[in-house]
Amino acid sequence: MKEASRWKRAGGWVDLRGRREGGLAFLLMRLTGIGLVIYLFIHLYVLRLLAQGPEAWDAFIAMAKSPLFLALDGLLILGILYHALNGVRVTLLGLGIGVPHQARLFWGVMTLTLLMTAVAVYAIFAITG
Amino acid sequence: MPTWQLRLLRGRPGSPPRLETYRVELPAEAYLIDAVEKIWAEQDRSLLFRHACHHASCGACGVRVNGRERLMCITPLREFSPDRAIQVEPLRHFPWLGDLLVDVSPMMQWMAEIGFAIIRRDELTADRPLPGGIEQGTRFEDCIECGLCLSACPVMAADEAYLGPAALAAIERMLAEPRDGDTARLLALADDPHGAWRCHSAMECTAACPSNVDPASAIGRLRRRLIVEKFRRWIGGGR
Ligand code: HEM
Ligand code: SF4
Ligand code: FES
Repeated sequence: MKEASRWKRAGGWVDLRGRREGGLAFLLMRLTGIGLVIYLFIHLYVLRLLAQGPEAWDAFIAMAKSPLFLALDGLLILGILYHALNGVRVTLLGLGIGVPHQARLFWGVMTLTLLMTAVAVYAIFAITG
Repeated sequence: MPTWQLRLLRGRPGSPPRLETYRVELPAEAYLIDAVEKIWAEQDRSLLFRHACHHASCGACGVRVNGRERLMCITPLREFSPDRAIQVEPLRHFPWLGDLLVDVSPMMQWMAEIGFAIIRRDELTADRPLPGGIEQGTRFEDCIECGLCLSACPVMAADEAYLGPAALAAIERMLAEPRDGDTARLLALADDPHGAWRCHSAMECTAACPSNVDPASAIGRLRRRLIVEKFRRWIGGGR
């Protein structure tokens, strides 16, 4: 196969056309998984400020309390919750458990994710605000 | 009689495909295969597509209808509105031969390799008396080897070497009813990074299958069996 078409085909997993709940769940799982890995490195990069003394760390914490940063925390929690809850769904389905209920399980995961994120975001702004 | 609009993917390998719209008059009781055959018969004899049985048993007429994997012969026109074009494209993840035709031999080669049997013991009549003169009930396997599941699977898109849902479901069937088959060989085929472990549980195969094979559950059962075998080998000390 030609290089170009090979790449085009390898990217086929992002193509949601004609796909349903299960395909959407898989796409979101992969995107949140990749996002979490990227976040992990950002997190480690930020933690190195701890080695540079209290001033550097305090300056970062002041910035981390800005509304934009808190909103990004909300996004992070959304991603973590989806990935973890759907991770349980995928573990069961991958062993052939609950396959006939997979779409309902997906909407359950979505509902729980959104509810728990809403509570978390409320708590974040209530504590820091 | 309503006039239906069909937007068919046309072209031959070597140049980019295009979508072309055709109009056909057919009663609402007709099926998509009738419309495509009518276009072939009356408008363009160069149109490539596959069919044989017209009743969901040969598995030849798989295409994508408005994006979704379907068998043309059991897709009724009354599902659609004559006001909007019905888009028909070839299956994904198979080599494209032109128009609506793909080369399904990669899947067929796996099915042959697995030794997938067409006739099975009939579990539906297993505990029921058979009519006089009939000694044993047999029935066809559910899988009609249409390839819809391979086209619907997003993992199939990313990994060309993936065995795919149909082949994995066939392995699971053969293990359930081995008929002197080599089960160790089948398990080894499935126990591979491109085998049962490649599946990411996107569940699209089971949603697309027109024949109730439920490949996603079969892959799950296959994995459970592979895990049990692995534990047995550990406890048994090698082999
Ligand atoms: C409670 C925590 C977690 C659970 C239950 C969980 C569960 C899972 C499961 C079951 C899969 C397989 C999905 C599939 O087969 O498509 C997966 C994939 C993945 N996870 Fe997690 N995970 C968790 C946390 C994390 C964290 C913290 C990271 C990153 C630092 C992460 C990164 C990934 C990545 C990159 C993938 C691969 C996605 C893919 O190939 O499609 N996960 N996770
Ligand atoms: S498992 Fe279902 S969708 Fe896949 S080839 Fe067999 S009949 Fe077709
Ligand atoms: S023509 Fe045989 S399955 Fe459709």
